Amino acid sequence: MTTSWLLLMLIAVLYTAGVYLLLDRSLTRVLLGILVLGNATNLLVISAGGPTGAAALVGRAPEAAMSDALVQALVLTAIVITLGVAAFLLAIIHRSWTLDREDDLTEDTEDRSVRRRLARGEQVDEDELDTTGCEEVSDTDDDRAGSEAGAEAQA
Amino acid sequence: MLVVLGVHALAALLAPALVRTLGRRAFALLALVPAAACAWIATRLPTVVAGGTVTEGFSWIPALGVEVAVRLDALSATLSLLVTGVGALVVAYCARYFTPSSRGLGRFAAVLVGFAGAMLALVWADDVVVLYVCWELTTIFSFLLVGQDAHKRASRAAAMQALVVTAAGGLTMLVGLVVLAEAAGTYRLSGIAAAGPHLSGAAVTAGVVCVLVGALSKSALVPFHFWLPSAMAAPTPVSAFLHAAAMVKAGVYLVLRLAPGFADVAAWRPLIAVLAALTMLLGGVVAARQHDLKLLLAHGTVSQLGFMVLLAGAGTRDAGLAALALVVAHALFKSALFLTVGVIDRCAGTRDLRELSGLGRRAPVLAAAGTLAAASMAGIPPLLGFVTKEGAFEAFLHDSYGPAAPVLLAVVVLGSVLTVAYSTRFVVGAFTDAFTTDPHRTWIRPGPLFVAVPAVLGLAGLVAGPAIGLITPLLTGYADTLAATYPTPLVLKLWPGVTVALGLSALAIVLGVLVALPRIAARTAALRPLAAIRSEVTWRALVHAVEAGSMRVTAQTQRGSLAVVVCTVLGVLLAGPGVALVATGALGEIRLDRVADSPAQVVAGVLAVVSTVAAALARRRLAAVLLVGGLGYAVAVVFALAGAPDVALTQALVETMTLVAVVLVLRRLPRDITEHHSPRRRLARLAIAAPVGVLLALLGAAALGVRSLPAVSTAFPSQAYAFGAGQNVVNVTLVDIRAWDTIGELSVLLAAATGVASLVFLDRRTGTPPGGSRRRRGPAIPDPATPDPAVPSAWLRGPTLERLARRARPGPAATERTLLLEVVTRLVFPTIMVVSVYFLFAGHNAPGGGFAGGLLAGLALVARYVAGGRYELGEAAPVEAGTLLGAGLLCAGLSGLAGLVLGGEVLQTAVLELDVPVLGHVKLVTSLFFDVGVYLIVVGLVLDILRSLGAELDRLGDTPATPDPTPVTTGSEVRP
Repeated sequence: MTTSWLLLMLIAVLYTAGVYLLLDRSLTRVLLGILVLGNATNLLVISAGGPTGAAALVGRAPEAAMSDALVQALVLTAIVITLGVAAFLLAIIHRSWTLDREDDLTEDTEDRSVRRRLARGEQVDEDELDTTGCEEVSDTDDDRAGSEAGAEAQA
Repeated sequence: MLVVLGVHALAALLAPALVRTLGRRAFALLALVPAAACAWIATRLPTVVAGGTVTEGFSWIPALGVEVAVRLDALSATLSLLVTGVGALVVAYCARYFTPSSRGLGRFAAVLVGFAGAMLALVWADDVVVLYVCWELTTIFSFLLVGQDAHKRASRAAAMQALVVTAAGGLTMLVGLVVLAEAAGTYRLSGIAAAGPHLSGAAVTAGVVCVLVGALSKSALVPFHFWLPSAMAAPTPVSAFLHAAAMVKAGVYLVLRLAPGFADVAAWRPLIAVLAALTMLLGGVVAARQHDLKLLLAHGTVSQLGFMVLLAGAGTRDAGLAALALVVAHALFKSALFLTVGVIDRCAGTRDLRELSGLGRRAPVLAAAGTLAAASMAGIPPLLGFVTKEGAFEAFLHDSYGPAAPVLLAVVVLGSVLTVAYSTRFVVGAFTDAFTTDPHRTWIRPGPLFVAVPAVLGLAGLVAGPAIGLITPLLTGYADTLAATYPTPLVLKLWPGVTVALGLSALAIVLGVLVALPRIAARTAALRPLAAIRSEVTWRALVHAVEAGSMRVTAQTQRGSLAVVVCTVLGVLLAGPGVALVATGALGEIRLDRVADSPAQVVAGVLAVVSTVAAALARRRLAAVLLVGGLGYAVAVVFALAGAPDVALTQALVETMTLVAVVLVLRRLPRDITEHHSPRRRLARLAIAAPVGVLLALLGAAALGVRSLPAVSTAFPSQAYAFGAGQNVVNVTLVDIRAWDTIGELSVLLAAATGVASLVFLDRRTGTPPGGSRRRRGPAIPDPATPDPAVPSAWLRGPTLERLARRARPGPAATERTLLLEVVTRLVFPTIMVVSVYFLFAGHNAPGGGFAGGLLAGLALVARYVAGGRYELGEAAPVEAGTLLGAGLLCAGLSGLAGLVLGGEVLQTAVLELDVPVLGHVKLVTSLFFDVGVYLIVVGLVLDILRSLGAELDRLGDTPATPDPTPVTTGSEVRP
């Protein structure tokens, strides 16, 4: 099947601009990048449906002349989902602004802390693996467990 | 049989409610369930003993040949009698073991009964997939039971250890079972075992080894033995059940079940013999050193499990008979012993045999029960333990394991010596008088039921010894499926006469008692080499390695910068599909035969390109946003020209909605976007972006060029009208042909809307029309959404009221609003709503549908909000967004079920034609209600966006830092 120069160029430009915006540090530009990428992808999917046809309405055009309904349905849902995603990003921008007065992507603090812990040679919490106290008896352990159980029985 | 299992599941579900109403007495009631199951099995015994089987089942996954099949034969009858019998007693025992104030008893009861049911299903299952499911169910239930005292660190660690070890073994077993099932050509367990002797090859050997790994890990054999003693962090009744009849017996059961078919596979006997023998000795040595009675028993179980698996794996008739008899004997004495320890623990307050003294005098019944059980464990005549141990010796004398038999017999005798030693230690330590201990230690008299349960189990071992003849037919029912290797078959007898086996028994008892003498017992502690097999250490090292490894990988890959992550993804995209595109020559397939489809498309395309480029370069925030909006409209035109009116309509509406939402939030931010990147950095970004853009465009074109098959949607138009009863193919695709996709999408929207609201509102799910929350905090503020019933509602009341209120209040200036706009929106609002509903209903046959309709209704709300602020919004939509979202999903879900009710499949459209008096002939399509659901969810999403990003941000903007000290009270009486 064939495609047109215009759609090809349009998709290329939109993807380029979308990725360019996405790589910015400003959250606003990231949001705009995602919106542009959404449009680019929708165009790509629609173009994958093949050449332009008549509206997919039974009875108004012969079936063979209709445009592909499947890609349209996919794109239609994608458009609405992009709205949801955009709203979510906006909420994040709002949070970021309220908390830090910042519209920036900052370094992930969790990632940083993982690196720091690794550098310090910190490891798993040793205690969480320890089954002593039920694996082998030390006197103190046993005493405590025993008296606890006894107290409970008396209660 | 399936009913019995169903009753267990039901009882497990009801258990929390029962415990809530009856307290711990509920356990007595719940015990009736396994007891009834036990009785039911007993009624089937004549059939089973006669060599018959009881089967039930139905098809589950026909394509894979998987069935929910259960089967009762001699082996599963024996095991299930133990599971239900011991299970009933253990559950009843819980009614006294726990104090009324014990924590989490309802959950515990549910899990315990569920565990009993899962174990029962495991021994009944005749399909390997069902077997595996039950196997892992017991794993999960035991995890919950061991971790019952979740507040204790050791409990959590032990539960996790048991889960990881047995679940890993279970997964290995699944692989093995599937290999064996495929080799045998059936998923029936009985079929696989029957086909076993005819199978050979590397795959079968590998499958058998995998299954054995699962079985041995479940049965806590070396090197997996460490989880079982740790698991005694569980409440004692659980330990009793776990050790005696459930969980660990599953591994023994599987070995017994597969032995007739696979004992002759090369790897089978060596693997089992070495590991089981090692386990028997190791467990015995460690048990003989313990001071904690429960730990002593736990290590004893490890030793006994080695013994049982050793016999079960021999694959000869005599060993199989002895193994099954030992399983029965072990279940009786080990449960009795654990439950005895439970009583001691509760009533004496300790389980340390150095501190216990004089229980023999204080609690004679309990001491008798415990001593009987321990004697059975040690193999003292005339108890069942003696009979089975004699049988085991005989089995080895009868050449089980061929040439290795003498060595293994020696191991078993040595193991028996250790068993006698720790049994003696148990009895002497627990019940006799000691001089070294504190004489003031209290002893709470246990109730009759509390002692009765271990007593019954202890007595059972005493009765079963002389009555072995009654049990034998059931046991030989299994054993006779194995090959006999000896001319005279083994007969289990109370008094076999003076034989070599009897001599060995006597030797074991004498040596064992000697070993138990304090002086020699101290020496056994020197048997370090065996105790050095501490897989526990390996286990910890393994967990550490996994943790450290994951941390290193995280630190390497998650560099903390989103741009780096995105670039990595894009780099892979370029290196993978990009290189492939060039290398495979797919580029040559691209067919570009025209500049554009129409002149109008060129105009729209140029507009799109211009606004995109401008947006990417814009510094002004608002300008960038508007330019992206322009791009959206241009794309909508492209869609419209491409024969996609529905998509174009939706795109235009969404674009407007997005624009509003973005402006709502970004108006709070500075005018300009901060430029962080130097021109060079920006060029670098472009250097990544441009190849990606070109690649994706070429990929799309190439995909179109190489397409050789007709599109799946070719038949959609005819199907849409024939089955979906709609002319708008896109809409029918959404609500019928691909309705599952739409359901998924609706869930995404719901999640996004909820996410937005929770990010903005933080402490609640939003929804209350604006003003509601403030009203709760301060004195009255008029809420237009719920007008005062005493005052007749007035048109245009909201804005005026608001304005007056704002004027009367110091602080931020009133928002800019115009009365004219408000009046116009109020006039237009009903009209737009009507059109949106028209879209919804007409969408099945013409452009429109739930998405477009919902968006249009949302835009009507936007207009009201933009014109009149948040109070106006509350006036326009006095409902919670969450209600709309929930109602929408419910509506879509119910209409999906309607297809099922009306005789089709889920989400299949049904057409109802009715003659309604006034409306005449009405054709009702069930997918309309699906679209109504879509409509409601979209409106809910828009409302959430407006409430959160609009109204709530307004409110936060009005009261920047401090809560409003002077809540608005003026104006409530003012009417226009």
